[in-house]
Amino acid sequence: MNPLEILRGLWTVFRAMFEKPVTYQYPEIKRPVRQRFKGRHELKRYENGLEKCIGCALCAAACPADAIFVEAAENTDEQRYSPGERYASTYEINMLRCIFCGYCEDACPTEAIVLEHNYELSFTNRREAIYTKEMLIVPVPPNGKPTPQNVPSGEFTRAIPEMQNPD
Amino acid sequence: MSAASLLEWTLKSVVIFLIIVGGFAYTTLFERRVQARMQTRIGPNRAGPWGLLQPVADGIKLIFKEELIPAQADKLLFLLAPVVTVLPALIILAVIPLGPNVQIAGKQYSLGLASNVNVGVLYILAVASIAVYGIVIAGWSSGNKYALMGGLRSSAQMVSYELALGLAVIGPIMFAGSMSIDQIISGQRGLWYVVLQPLGFLIYFIATVAEVNRSPFDMPEAEQELTAGYHVEYSGMKFALFFMAEYGKMIAVSFIGATLFLGGWLGPFVDRFWWLGPIYLVIKVVALLFVMVWLRATLPRFRYDRLMAFGWKILLPLSLFNVLVTAVVFVLVGG
Repeated sequence: MNPLEILRGLWTVFRAMFEKPVTYQYPEIKRPVRQRFKGRHELKRYENGLEKCIGCALCAAACPADAIFVEAAENTDEQRYSPGERYASTYEINMLRCIFCGYCEDACPTEAIVLEHNYELSFTNRREAIYTKEMLIVPVPPNGKPTPQNVPSGEFTRAIPEMQNPD
Repeated sequence: MSAASLLEWTLKSVVIFLIIVGGFAYTTLFERRVQARMQTRIGPNRAGPWGLLQPVADGIKLIFKEELIPAQADKLLFLLAPVVTVLPALIILAVIPLGPNVQIAGKQYSLGLASNVNVGVLYILAVASIAVYGIVIAGWSSGNKYALMGGLRSSAQMVSYELALGLAVIGPIMFAGSMSIDQIISGQRGLWYVVLQPLGFLIYFIATVAEVNRSPFDMPEAEQELTAGYHVEYSGMKFALFFMAEYGKMIAVSFIGATLFLGGWLGPFVDRFWWLGPIYLVIKVVALLFVMVWLRATLPRFRYDRLMAFGWKILLPLSLFNVLVTAVVFVLVGG
């Protein structure tokens, strides 16, 4: 224990008082998140407004926290929610269980579920912690129509879209 | 005893009480803000302007917390411990004068409750050592091994450092030739005792930091090893009392240090304007508090055996040496 070294340490700390604080005044100033930040989930749509989710429940199977509950129902051409045979009639994520690992995103065959950048998920009771399909799904894109759509028969038979190579 | 003097004493007691309680609240804020700046943060600035209502918010939160008494606890002692801890911090300022004597309506009023008693320094040392009982009782009565360890460490530490503390204040006593705080202050009219007793002041300061269990001597509450030490089982206002004791003692030892070594309320023009006295005293106290906060922001905790070794093998011999040299010089030069 060298007294001079203690004085040197004290001086370093004292100097730090006059540096600019690194604090962000949070609710007013929000720090932008990284591109791959894993925040609240969103259920995506195709450009024509159809839902990407086909109700396969692979996300629920991949979920280590057992936070996702999916119930599927049959699509018809008059009442079409998503391409292919089935769609998710119920889709719930319990945000109290979710650990934001992103495995659901990896498991999804249609890239329907994506962890986006919203991290402000506060709720005051346990019921509010369960995010339903209506809360998770993104709004209908400008050129699309809301689901269920009435579509000509035989057009949307393929559940899994043609995938491109990721950039 | 006349009714007037009774009223005077009551008023003074209330003022001293308010200094410690109000000072406690704002020392926590002061510490948090200063420490935040030292870590290039901002610190609490939301409750009220500049965070000035933060202590109030903390207090309200603590009042509404659940008061928990563990099943294993010795109930009476468990309830008594915070009281025993906080009491010395509240009454220790009684002998510290806040300013020079004031003439009001042709009558002299001293700005201290009992600053002219001839055993002032002895009173300080005696009262300061009572606090250790509270901490040991808290550790023992909680029925928790961490609390017990914290209480044990604390008692060992306080006993060790009290010796150096007692020897450090002998310097001012020798120079003033009295144990009365008033005379110690008037003895510093020419020169503060910190100039004559630099080593004594350093030892006093280190020993008091250890005495009030502040970092780097915060062994009793070492968060990482003992979770929180002696107050691990306390919650709500009982916890707040321990907190108040810690910060109250910080303020008290700063007042004492400022009085014994830094000239108390003395300063330029204080003889002409009596109200400058308390201002000078507060400035000195805040400076000492700042150094304590600064130390906490800088230094890591001592290892327990090194803490003991430092107290007994370095601090105690140094303070003995200091007393010896002072005494020899005193005899040779002749006061």
